[in-house]
Amino acid sequence: MRPAPLSPQLAMALPVLGAASLLVAWQYLLPFLGVPTYIVPTPTAIFGTFQKNFALLMDNLRPTLIEALAGFVIGNLAAVLLAVVFVHSRILQAAYFPIVLFFNTIPILALSPIIILIFGLGMTPKIVIAAVICFFPTLVNMIRGLDSPSDNEHELFRVLSATRWEIFWDLRLPRALPMLFSSLRIASATAVIGAIVGEWIGSDKGLGALIIQASFNYQSDRLYAAIVLSSCLSIAVFCIVVMVQRRVINY
Amino acid sequence: MANAIETSRLDVGYGSRQAAVEVLSGLDLTVEAGSFLSILGPSGCGKSTLLRVVADLLDPLGGKISVLGDTPHAVRSRRDVGFVFQDSTLLPWRTVRENVRLPLGVGQGSLTRKIEDRSDELLELMGLAGFGERLPHQLSGGQRQRVAIARALLGQPKLLLMDEPFGALDEITRDRLNDELLNLWRRTGTTILFVTHSIAEAAYLGERVIVLAANPGRLVKDLDMRPIKQDGNRCSREDPAIVAAMAELRTALERAS
Repeated sequence: MRPAPLSPQLAMALPVLGAASLLVAWQYLLPFLGVPTYIVPTPTAIFGTFQKNFALLMDNLRPTLIEALAGFVIGNLAAVLLAVVFVHSRILQAAYFPIVLFFNTIPILALSPIIILIFGLGMTPKIVIAAVICFFPTLVNMIRGLDSPSDNEHELFRVLSATRWEIFWDLRLPRALPMLFSSLRIASATAVIGAIVGEWIGSDKGLGALIIQASFNYQSDRLYAAIVLSSCLSIAVFCIVVMVQRRVINY
Repeated sequence: MANAIETSRLDVGYGSRQAAVEVLSGLDLTVEAGSFLSILGPSGCGKSTLLRVVADLLDPLGGKISVLGDTPHAVRSRRDVGFVFQDSTLLPWRTVRENVRLPLGVGQGSLTRKIEDRSDELLELMGLAGFGERLPHQLSGGQRQRVAIARALLGQPKLLLMDEPFGALDEITRDRLNDELLNLWRRTGTTILFVTHSIAEAAYLGERVIVLAANPGRLVKDLDMRPIKQDGNRCSREDPAIVAAMAELRTALERAS
């Protein structure tokens, strides 16, 4: 027998309690076990760093935010446009989709130095890396989504003599939206990863650069604060995607 | 009365002409305008394929077909044909009313006549008044099929093609929708081609029932039901003459399978 579902209040409270229990353990148990603070600083020390270095953290958040958002928009937009081309031209899809598949097998860490070689040290290569990392899952999901209408749905539109544009706008696109949003939710985290990876390789600004500097200088509280901030950035982009999704998909 | 459909030695298949899998072979069929034709047959006999050729969703391999005195393509372009599928094929992101109005929003470019928005009238006719703002997932299976029929009727088609529209419904709902469909047919005078797996449904609805056999699909029985029905294609499901006709159809169907 399946266990009875949790009450809504309990379902809301349990994750908060779970997180709180881990924070308490982190704060008191790790120092008690003798884990040095230069390896794992306590949550209160990290919080203190947020207060002390707020300006520094915000200065480094800004470029990462811009790079991640720009990469997110450009990468996903390019993927959506290419998916539209591919589903309307089977010849182009057959010719170029395998090549796109091949590019996806190259690890982003291996590709990043090349992108930095091409685009230099400014924000552009980080945006490109974030865009590349978002691009592939969205392309695959969007192609699947645009191809997901059933035979009967296509026949219905054909009986009505619908144009290609009408089939796209009134059938293929709405059918693709749930799959598009599921890849956008994934991309909300990967875009931030892309921006940070780009900053690791060649930058003195941004959360990625701050993480590298802090780890070289054993500033572990600053390192952890930058990690927490990166995570918050991903969560914020994720929340925006979910909010838009709830507005767009009502069924 | 003029004929809605005339086919002569019609061959239909899937695949290229050279390597086609033949589904219908040498079909000669005439359907009077305004009549209600039920089509019975085992799986793979080409019942649905016939509807698809009439609706210009599939080109025949050979033979002739005339629909409302014209080619299937011309008839489809004029929007003189409505199609109801086994699954209601409602678009889940559109409300019931928006689904019924779909023919107003697409394919208008090729039309010379203007389609009126009769969605409210049709929703009322199908017993769905007050359901216009619901989404398809909030409806029962029977209600969804009613919406699909309303959508097919919006353009006032002269020919309504129904491909096992009530096949997935429970028996009570199916009987109720059968009666509603007959009322609708009497009111609109639309020619209906109704594909079904149910002998009882075919006999109850059709003024005429044809049985197709498979491999390849061909006509093996053509039963005129009008002599055993009252005016307006009315009958009782328990009428001995209807029961006898059902037995006759069953025999033909068993031989065809």
